[in-house]
Amino acid sequence: MSVASMATTHTAKTSAQDSAGLLVLDDLSKRFPTPEGTVVAVDHVSLSVKQGEFFSVIGPSGCGKSTLFNVIGGLISEYEGNVTVAGERITGPHPSVGMVFQEESTFPWRTVIENVSFPLEIEGMPKAKRYEKARHFIHMVGLDGFENRYPSELSGGMRQRVSLARTLASEPKILLMDEPFAALDEQTRLLLGDKVLQIQEELKQTTMLITHNITEAVQLSDRIMVMTYRPGKVKRVVDINLPRPRTSEIVGSDAFGHYVAQIWTDLREEASRGLTEDEGRRVTRATR
Amino acid sequence: MNRSALARIPGLPALFGFGCLVVSILAFEILIRAGVINRFIVPMPSQIAASFERVIIEEHLLERFVLTFKECFYAAILITLVGVSLGALLHRVDLLRRATETWVAAAASAPTVLMYPLFLVIFGRSSTTIIMMAFVAGLPPVILKTIEGLSGTRRVLINVGRSFNLTQSQMFWKILFPAAMPTIFVGLKLGLIFTLINVVGVEFLINFGGLGQLINDLAERYDLPGTYAAICFVILVSVVFFVVIERIERWLRPAD
Repeated sequence: MSVASMATTHTAKTSAQDSAGLLVLDDLSKRFPTPEGTVVAVDHVSLSVKQGEFFSVIGPSGCGKSTLFNVIGGLISEYEGNVTVAGERITGPHPSVGMVFQEESTFPWRTVIENVSFPLEIEGMPKAKRYEKARHFIHMVGLDGFENRYPSELSGGMRQRVSLARTLASEPKILLMDEPFAALDEQTRLLLGDKVLQIQEELKQTTMLITHNITEAVQLSDRIMVMTYRPGKVKRVVDINLPRPRTSEIVGSDAFGHYVAQIWTDLREEASRGLTEDEGRRVTRATR
Repeated sequence: MNRSALARIPGLPALFGFGCLVVSILAFEILIRAGVINRFIVPMPSQIAASFERVIIEEHLLERFVLTFKECFYAAILITLVGVSLGALLHRVDLLRRATETWVAAAASAPTVLMYPLFLVIFGRSSTTIIMMAFVAGLPPVILKTIEGLSGTRRVLINVGRSFNLTQSQMFWKILFPAAMPTIFVGLKLGLIFTLINVVGVEFLINFGGLGQLINDLAERYDLPGTYAAICFVILVSVVFFVVIERIERWLRPAD
């Protein structure tokens, strides 16, 4: 099967209004004032993520992925265009959006079960009930038996699973993840990918993953949006027509390799441009 | 077995510390007996040990110990409550913080003990003067370390709180305060050092109350073994306080 027949590619101007998505970005732009002038981090991005879909955003460093994450998560409230979740405009952190961060974000002073039950504690749920519910999510991420351990007693991968379970415990409509496994080694990353696939299969969780890892994006996603280097625009949206349920074994298939190659072709151009511009800026700074 | 493995044997570090103390005491005993150290300036450890019973019975040491301990306790409570609250306030109100942080830092290194005549005028020759002077001396490090701890909370933890829509009060009590706890305890320990020094120092200066006054009396009588015995009890107060604060810290931060 050729890549062309497997992958449905869209032009950069994907219409956000073509389907009733759970998460809709309509002509989103975000500019940051800097001493050297205004930097356009995200430029007229439109996309729509459907209920139950696993959508990934991939792009080179500096393409505005994290800005996109912060806008959708409500951590950046001022932007141009429109971002809606189930029809509601995002103006701040939204209860329907659960965020998993790239950096280690477990609370070191809380045990695993205290970490996972944190959002339920905030809701005011009684301790016994929230612990029962937290155990369900701890089991889901495969951390049974570690309920009373502190994060300092866990590996990096386990801590990220605690963060994932904590976000899932808040039962968000959209799970928003910013390179959650970036700090982990490749094997752990693939195995945790399996765990994410299992969870997505079980919960039918609408998920948006921000990543710069092509393998991870293809392994997990239904669709991948490739972004251009600064300013961050939609370069292409690729449908991943790999069968589900998936496991990391799919990494060895020809179809997987074709998707990786296709996305790398798009990404290579942008990453090279990013590298050249970064080096140019460094040289300019050094010669000033 | 390497050195780091030795350090992990339960009880060995404490035993080693005690051993060092015994060796130092013996070294002083030998050096004083040999005339290397003047026995009219530093009494022999054996003389100090022999004076313990006399000092405890004749000088009502237990009552003085309890009084000094109480003064330290009240001052410690005050620096904790006021210091952490003021630190949190300065962290919250940026203008206030920028306006006062340098002054607080300057106050931390100022010899506030020299202000004792003013405190005597305000509070009289009483325990209140001693407690208030110790409080003033111990307060700045607690304020500064509370600000440092709260400001040093990792951005990602704050973002986790924001993503869960925490109220300002929840953000403080559930994230900022626990994250700042290790640094706040550093401030409390520093503050406690200043507090203990000032309690005994002011007792000595105004010749009132507990162990500080006793040291003053014994020194005036040129009872050197007695003076050093009383100093040993001051060290005991300090040890008790630090053991208690370490226990509280371990109880509040079981993850460390």
